[in-house]
Amino acid sequence: MNWITKMFSSSLGQKLIMSLTGLFLCTFLVVHMIGNLQLFKNDAGLAFNKYAVFMTTNPLIMITSYLLYATILFHAFKGLWLAYKNQKARPVKYQAFDGKANSHWSSRNMGILGTIILVFVVVHMSNFWWEYKNGHVPYTRYMENIQTGEIVSDYMPKEFTMHTKLEEQTEGLMKVTIVKDLYREVAEEFKTEWWLVALYVISMAALAFHLFHGFASAFQTLGLNHKKYNGIINFIGIGVFAILIPIGFAAMPLYFFIK
Amino acid sequence: MSGNMNINLKVWRQKNEKSQGKLVDYKVEGVSPDMSFLEMFDVLNDKLIRDGKDEPIAFDHDCREGICGMCSMYINGRPHGPNQGVTTCQLHMRSFKDGDTIVVEPWRAAAFPVVKDLAVNRSAFDRIISAGGFISVNTGNAQDANSLPIPKDNADEAFAAAACIGCGACVAACKNSSAMLFVSAKVSQLALLPQGNPERNSRVLDMVAQMDAEGFGACTNTGACSAECPKEISLTNIARLNREYFGAQLSSNRT
Repeated sequence: MNWITKMFSSSLGQKLIMSLTGLFLCTFLVVHMIGNLQLFKNDAGLAFNKYAVFMTTNPLIMITSYLLYATILFHAFKGLWLAYKNQKARPVKYQAFDGKANSHWSSRNMGILGTIILVFVVVHMSNFWWEYKNGHVPYTRYMENIQTGEIVSDYMPKEFTMHTKLEEQTEGLMKVTIVKDLYREVAEEFKTEWWLVALYVISMAALAFHLFHGFASAFQTLGLNHKKYNGIINFIGIGVFAILIPIGFAAMPLYFFIK
Repeated sequence: MSGNMNINLKVWRQKNEKSQGKLVDYKVEGVSPDMSFLEMFDVLNDKLIRDGKDEPIAFDHDCREGICGMCSMYINGRPHGPNQGVTTCQLHMRSFKDGDTIVVEPWRAAAFPVVKDLAVNRSAFDRIISAGGFISVNTGNAQDANSLPIPKDNADEAFAAAACIGCGACVAACKNSSAMLFVSAKVSQLALLPQGNPERNSRVLDMVAQMDAEGFGACTNTGACSAECPKEISLTNIARLNREYFGAQLSSNRT
């Protein structure tokens, strides 16, 4: 074995892989959050739908997205495999075990929390990503008054299709956009399926606890634990990744459910 | 005597490494609150020997003043019992109440097989130390004191890491039976000092390889080890071990 295989097959190296893939997934969460904030925009979904077209046609983003899917699968199954192997390191369990006396609940249940998140990702992607790419998502026409900014939208007939996902043209003062309406899919799904909203909220709670431990833990694995920057790592880990981002994502289905 | 307590014990009894063990109930009467936890076991063993029905309970102990790292009882779900920063021998019965039921088990890890009852074989730690947890020194006259300048901060940190007594409570506390806190303390105490520098890379590579070979689990940074450590070894040592290991892999001449 050469040194690279040795390093990545050691217990420390395997944790390094979990740490780096986990942090990459954290950067994705930030991008996904910022993009999806357009769902809250009061424009009948015009900005969000145009963003969806950009995200699924830009070649650089498409390459990154396939790298992302591979990373999600790798992080999830590598994590489950490591959790299984770590259990094997204690073949006889304790009769009395007082875990809460010495560690946080989330740190002892990363495998369970991660599994909830993995199930969520599968449901989430089959609902929207698969539907958008392979299902029949109807088009919507937006007419935007360039001077006043006023937007009027009407749904295209269900059987209407185009070769592209997006067409834009300006007629006088009117900017006309015809685009695949993912926004309507999202809005209708969350309006009608209460159990889906519940699944999203529960999954985001799992994400919050997963990142409450995971974000800071990733830096510890990288060897970065120092009083100079532990403050900022914990602040971002808890403030941003364990609170702000899960609440932001959970607010999206709740917004459409209540709206 | 007034103020003495009656204690109900559930103790893990196991004849040898191969046999099946189980928890056995014992009642210890007239326990002084000033006894140590091990002295309470001495009282119980004395009774077991006098009664002649049961073998005395095997448990590890040596100095009984908290510095040798020999005692190793998993008490009510925690290594070395409920108190912070103490070994089992420094745990006193005043930490419990009259009539309490206390569950006592051995350290549990694939790498620490049970020898008998509460005694486990911790020679995996010795093999990790043999793999590199030392410095090579030529014999001869002792060097003048303070001839090697060492920053005070480094000396303090190295000393804090060197406080590890190798009891294995970190492994017992960890949900993964990971030995990372032990190995990190043993790597840190030398990595922080000039004397440790010549063998710095080979030390960390060999000790980690031995740690993995012994069948300890991986570290998931729960922090349970440090919270239960009788010498309160810091988690910063584990971060240092990670740095030392990846640094050595990337920079050493070993291919």
